[in-house]
This record gives sequence, C-alpha cells and structure tokens, in this order.
Amino acid sequence: MFVHLQGPYSFLFGRLTLASIPYDNAIIQFAFGFAAIAAILVVAPVLYYRKIPYLFREWLTTVDHKKIGVMYIILGLVMMFRGFFDGLMIRTQQVMADGPHSAGHLEAAHGYLPPAHFDQIYSSHGTIMIIFAATPILTGLGNIIVPLQIGARDMAFPTLNAISLWLTTVGAALVMASLFIGDFSTAGWVGLIPLTELDFSPSSGVDYWMWAIQISSVGTTLNAINVIATIVAMRAPGMRWTRLPIFTWTTLSTSIIGLTAFPILGVALALLGADRYLGTHFYTAGLGGNLMLYTNLFWIWGHPEVYFLVLPAFGIISEVIPAFSEKPLFGYVTMVAATFAIAGISWVVWLHHFFTMGAGPLVNSFFSVATMVVGIPTGVKVFNWLFTLYRGRLTFATPMLWAVGALFLLLIGGLTGMMLAIPAVNYTVHNSVFVIAHFHCMVLLIVYAAFAAVSFWWPKVFGFKLDETTGKLFFWSFSIGTILLFTAMFGLGFMGETRRLDYLYNTQWFPALVIEEIGVGFYSLSVLIFFAMLFVSIRDRVKNAASADPWGTSRTLEWLTHSPVPFYNFAVTPHVNSRDELSWRYLNNLAATAPEHFEEIHMPNNTPVPLIIGALAFGFGFGLTWRIWWMTGFSLLGIIAVVIYRSFARDKGYHLSAEVMTQLEREPPLGVIAESQYLSKHPLTGAGAH
Amino acid sequence: MTLGTIGADEKVVLWQYGEVAHDMISTKTLGFWLYMLSDALVFAGLFAAYGVLDHSMNAANGPTEAQIVHPIAAFWQTLAVLTSVFAYSVATVAVKHGYRQLVVLCVLAAILLGMVFLGLEFSDFADLYAHGATPQVSGFLSAYFILIATHGLHMAFGILWLLVMAIQVSRLGLTAPVVAQLLNLRLFWQFQAAIWVCVYVFVYLKGVI
Repeated sequence: MFVHLQGPYSFLFGRLTLASIPYDNAIIQFAFGFAAIAAILVVAPVLYYRKIPYLFREWLTTVDHKKIGVMYIILGLVMMFRGFFDGLMIRTQQVMADGPHSAGHLEAAHGYLPPAHFDQIYSSHGTIMIIFAATPILTGLGNIIVPLQIGARDMAFPTLNAISLWLTTVGAALVMASLFIGDFSTAGWVGLIPLTELDFSPSSGVDYWMWAIQISSVGTTLNAINVIATIVAMRAPGMRWTRLPIFTWTTLSTSIIGLTAFPILGVALALLGADRYLGTHFYTAGLGGNLMLYTNLFWIWGHPEVYFLVLPAFGIISEVIPAFSEKPLFGYVTMVAATFAIAGISWVVWLHHFFTMGAGPLVNSFFSVATMVVGIPTGVKVFNWLFTLYRGRLTFATPMLWAVGALFLLLIGGLTGMMLAIPAVNYTVHNSVFVIAHFHCMVLLIVYAAFAAVSFWWPKVFGFKLDETTGKLFFWSFSIGTILLFTAMFGLGFMGETRRLDYLYNTQWFPALVIEEIGVGFYSLSVLIFFAMLFVSIRDRVKNAASADPWGTSRTLEWLTHSPVPFYNFAVTPHVNSRDELSWRYLNNLAATAPEHFEEIHMPNNTPVPLIIGALAFGFGFGLTWRIWWMTGFSLLGIIAVVIYRSFARDKGYHLSAEVMTQLEREPPLGVIAESQYLSKHPLTGAGAH
Repeated sequence: MTLGTIGADEKVVLWQYGEVAHDMISTKTLGFWLYMLSDALVFAGLFAAYGVLDHSMNAANGPTEAQIVHPIAAFWQTLAVLTSVFAYSVATVAVKHGYRQLVVLCVLAAILLGMVFLGLEFSDFADLYAHGATPQVSGFLSAYFILIATHGLHMAFGILWLLVMAIQVSRLGLTAPVVAQLLNLRLFWQFQAAIWVCVYVFVYLKGVI
C-alpha cells in the first residue's frame, strides 16, 4: 500500500540512519552549538532555582488564556529569531555570490552555501516567518487581549486553547528538528509542485515541511473555533456588538478566515501526502495529475492567510492610535465594515499569485479587479486612522511609533500591491524580487503592529512598562534596516533580479546588494537592542511598575483590571456602558470605583492533557516524516485514547470563595498571575494566611 | 452610544454581581457547528479536486468514471447511512423524554447500520482493487478513492464516537455534558449523511449520465 522507497529502512527507526544527521556540516555545527548554548542558558536557571515543578504546574499544564497567549508569543519570537537568522544567511550568501569571480568558501562554488543548503534556508525562512512567527504572535495577542476586552473570565474552551498552543509548538519543533536530523524542504515555503513530489524530493525534507504545517494548522483551526465561540458567547453584560473593541472585531474576522481557509490547506497538503506516501497522482507531472490543482488549493488558503495575519495588525493599530491621540477612533462602523469587506474579498483574489498560469484574459481580469477592490476598504481604514490622528493630542510613545511606522509600510506595500494587481505589470515582474519587497512591506507591517502590541500591552500582562529609551532605539534601528533593505530590493526587482537565487550572475547588482546587507546589519543590531530592552526593562521593573492603566489614556475594558492581570481577570464582571468603557468611566469620574463586595467565582483546573496530546502529536509527525510506522500508530492511538479518557473524566473546576476574593483584591495582585494553581490547592483561609 | 456624560438622576450599573450565566451546552454546540464548518471546507476542497480530476485526460488511459461507479450498489449504502441517521434521530427523541435504555439501543442500531455502510464500501473497494483499479493508476482514481475514503474515515470515527457515547449514556446517565456530546454527535452523524448524498449525486449519479 505504501510507496516503496530506495535506501536503507529498519522497523525501529524507519528511514532514519546515522547518515541522516549532518554532523559534518560546519554551518550545522555552528547552528547546533548556538542552539545548545541558548538551551543551556534557558534550562540552567530553571534547574538551579528548582523551578521545574513551578514551570509544569503553572505554565506547561495551564489553561489560563493569558499564559497560553504569552507562550504563543514567546514561541513566535523564538521562531522569528530563527527566521531572522535564515534571512541574514540568505542576504549574506547573495552579497558574497555575485558574479563569476566571487569567491567560494566551505563547500560552495560561490559564497558559502551550496545550492541545496541555500534552498532549504529560504524555504524555512518563509515557512517559519509566516506560520511559526507571525501566526503564533498574533494568535497569542488575541488569546491574551480578546477575553479581557470583552470582560470574560477565560476562553470558551480553555483546554482546547492549550491543545491549540501545543499543536502549534509541535509544528515549530518539527521545523527545528529538521535542522539537526535530516534536512528541510528545498521547494520554497509554498511547496513548488512537482518539486515536492517524491521523484524530485525523495528525502525527508518535504515531509518535515508538510507535517509541521499540517499539525500546526490543526491547532490554528481549533484556536479559530475557540475565539469565535468566545466572542459570540462570553461577552460581559452590556458588551453589545456595537460596543465591541476594534481589536476584538478584527480577531473575530481573522478567526472566521482561519476557520474557513486552513481546512483547504489541510486538503492541499493531505493530497500531497497521499502522493508521497500512497503513490497517488493528484499533482504528479504524469498519469493524470494536475500541477495547478495544488497551486490553486494552496493559494485558496494562502491569500486568506495573508489577511488572517494583517487584519489583527489593523486591529492593533486601531487600538494604539486612539490611545495615543486621546481621541475616540474615527469611523468605528466603517472600520468594522472595512474589516469584514477585506475578509470577504480575501476569498476571491487567490489567483493573483499566479497570473502567469495563463488562465486567459477573463479569469485574470476578474482576479485583477477583485484584487484592486481590496484597496477600497483598506483606504477607508487608512483615512480613519489619519482622521483619528488629526487634531489629536499626540504622544509618540514606543507603541505609537510602531503603529505610525506600520502606516508607512502599508502605504508602500499597498501601492506596490496595486501595481502587481495589474496582470500586464505582473507578467513583467513575476517571481522577481520586486514581489519579494512588496510582500515584505506587508508582513513587516504586521511585525510593526506586533511590536506595537507587545510594547502597548506588556504592562498589562507583566505589571511593568518596557523601557522607552531602548524601545525607541529598537524601533529606529529596525526601521533604518527596513528602509535600506527593501528600497534596494525594489530597485533590484526592476533591474531584473529573480527570487531564490543562490548565485547572482549580474555584477551591476552588487552596490544594491551591499545596501541590502547594510540593512540586514541594522536588523542584527536591532536584535541586540531588543535583548538589551528586555534586560533593562526587567532590571528596572520596580521603577517602571504599572498601574491599571499605565498609559493614562487607554480606552477599552482590559485596562480596567489590575496590572498584571490576576488569573481570574476581573474579580467582578464589569457591566459595559459604552464603546470605550474606560474612557467613559474616566469622563464620569467612575474609573476608580471598585466593586462594593466580592462573590464566589468558578475557575477551570489546569490539566496535563494538552501537553500529552502535544507530545503524541510530535511523535505522530516525526514518525510520519521518517516513516517509523510503530511510532505513528502508537501516537495516533494515544491521542484518541487520551481524548476518550478526557471525555469520561470531566473537569469540574474549583471555586474561590468571596473571602478569598476579597483578600486577593486587597493584596497587591503582583505575583498572583503566576500562582493560580497553588491557590487552588491551598486556598487562602483566614486573615493571617498568605 | 459612544462617549457621553451621565445625567444627574441617571442610574448606572458598573459591575455585574452574581454568576454571569453562559449556557455551556449552547456554547459547545456553537463551537461544534464551527468545527463542522471547517469539516465542510475539507470536503469542499476534496470535491473541488475531484471536479478537476474527473476528466478523461486525468484517467490516463485507465478506467473512467462511468466504468467504475455502480449507482444501484451504492444506493444500498445510501439506505444504510440514512437509516443509521434515522436511528440516531430516534435516540435524540429518547434523550428528550429521558428513556436511557432506548437511547443506548438506538445508538447501537446506528452503529450497526454505520458498519453495514462501511462493509458495503469496503467490498466496493475490494472489487475495484481486484479489477486493478487502484488509486495509484491515475489522477482520476486517486481523487475517487481519497474522496470516498475520507468520508469513510469520518464514518469510522463517528462509529467510534457512537460507541463511546453508548458507554457514557449507560454508565454516566443523561447528564448535561453527555447530552451536549450527544447533540454534537447528532450534528456530526447527520453531516456525514449529507456528505454521502453529495458523493452519491456528484460521483455515482453523475458518473452514469
């Protein structure tokens, strides 16, 4: 039934042999050393301070939406760091391998990376940045902020939320495993067909890529279900649809996109899997396969995925700009309408990723016009933000800098996108680095919004502000890098450089390549500044301790509760009276009004089930990648058994009595966020206990 | 609506005391409807792939649609899956009236009919394999087998779930979480029947006309 493969095979290890481990590759040795040092730096303090039980009890088994969100963002940042390294390596290879006289180092004829290695790096750069960096960061932000903004105690399905996190983590872990065991796909993050077929990519690389995306996209789909159910069913009294904060609206729209788009990706990859494992002919170049079937299915997911990422970014900008303009958002209703218009159009533009397929003028015209139509709601959004800024009392704190920077990138990325929407232009620049520069402006917009969100909501989650000086330095260094790198790249696109080149034949490109390298140097600098910012901020955390509303001008519900948010979010559920509830309470001198008394609340228990499912899912993906069938089967049966077990042993949760709540609210809540489970096992009793 | 000051004698509510009621059964049902939407999209993708590959060119000199589908034989499968859904519907009526034994009995009947469906499908596949029509022959046969086998896998998963629910009903009784599961399973089971009707129309009936 399964495809017969050449090469060694054993029952115990499948296709995995000692030769699969590239221990003799100098670059991999360096990467392994680096990863090992980083792992030691993380694990050693945990061991030294004996924090493993704490880590297990409070984080790895948690069902708290804030901690899950924080772990999502940490995962995203770690993977973004890896993706940045890939980008750095791509840029350095290209600047070193320009022209026939460029020197070759290590095993490469030009530059320092042989083609097969270079191909793996751009494939992993794209896969990681889109699926394992941007997606987890934005999912994590939605996880943290949405329940707070709607006044909920947690997500609708807390355990499912943790399962989503661990499935995403498993995908990232598979990509990381591919660095040291076997190889990664060489077919680009989009999986160029038929290069991903077994005949052309017989190694485990494509399998890693396929199962990493497949498993994490199950997590994303489940998270989308959770977010939609939470927003629909868990809103606080008075939180009508017309009062929903814009970030919540955009997270809702993005979850609808995720829920409908990711299953199509699942189908596209499952059929590829059938080709690779069962020998079917969905996408093969012969025997009745259809190459463009894959490309269409992939982009039917791929384009909505872009808006899946950009809509929450728009939501973040819509929260940050009013807060630092001290004005309500201009055009709330049109903002919501524009959000859903973009989400709707996202379904009918996929073909603009391959106008050159040659589908004929009618089809190309339809998708061209549909693509241009996206500009209308996006324009509405831009003008809404501009009118919010207009005559506002502007404060350029770090989040505001990132938000305004994002607007510039949206302008450049959006206008070049309009150029690309014209098929005639598209035929000329297709697969050139002009396209790369365009979509990097768009995804960097998302990154800018993500950094705006991290610095904006950081005090809410951790109880202290990030350092402003290093934060601004980080912004400017990052922005200089962006401008240098992508201005030069737009130019190179017009000069005819195509994408994914490990060797560049035109020496006239060299000056622009050097500018790109300087840009990536500024990025490297900003990575260092980022770590400095974290260090300084954590060192000065007492000095920078945050009140409930540390910016003083915030508008929405999440700023009503303590900073850091206690594990139960709101001691008493707030009753919402206005669209900008906190601003409304400020205006009526009610912001300091605490509840008169406290009542018993109900909280879910932590559970190791999601972690176990995650571990089994890793076994499932790893087993499939290396065709270790016993591991695959065991993991799959294990997951089914755990789910069935869980459906019998239902979690009843625990209660916090009115006295405990009173005491918790009287004590400064610092530190409470981290100790929810301790409290459930040893509830505070009497006045003296703490 | 937006920002406004409160009038002098206006009474405002700032906090909602008492447990804020979120109906867990309806939240779970909503969540499961959303899951079904994603499952529907999976089948949409598979039907699209089938639509693309259901072409003489994609049959690659192998058997074509008209040569392998047997609508009459598949009609018995249709009957099996629809009566299985009917049995489960009787079970949900029994849930409403609290007849625990009848619930278990009807769920077992639904399992039996679901297994009849799978058995017929298996014999159909075995027949095709015996004639050398395997998924590896052509793009068309790949799409045919994967579409129907994906539905079959859903049916097998549904049978497992039915079995778990039969045990839960008899051991735990008709508690709120069990009823929530039963309602979701009803949705899942009826959805699979609806998908089969689509398969029957777009694969079996379309294949002979």
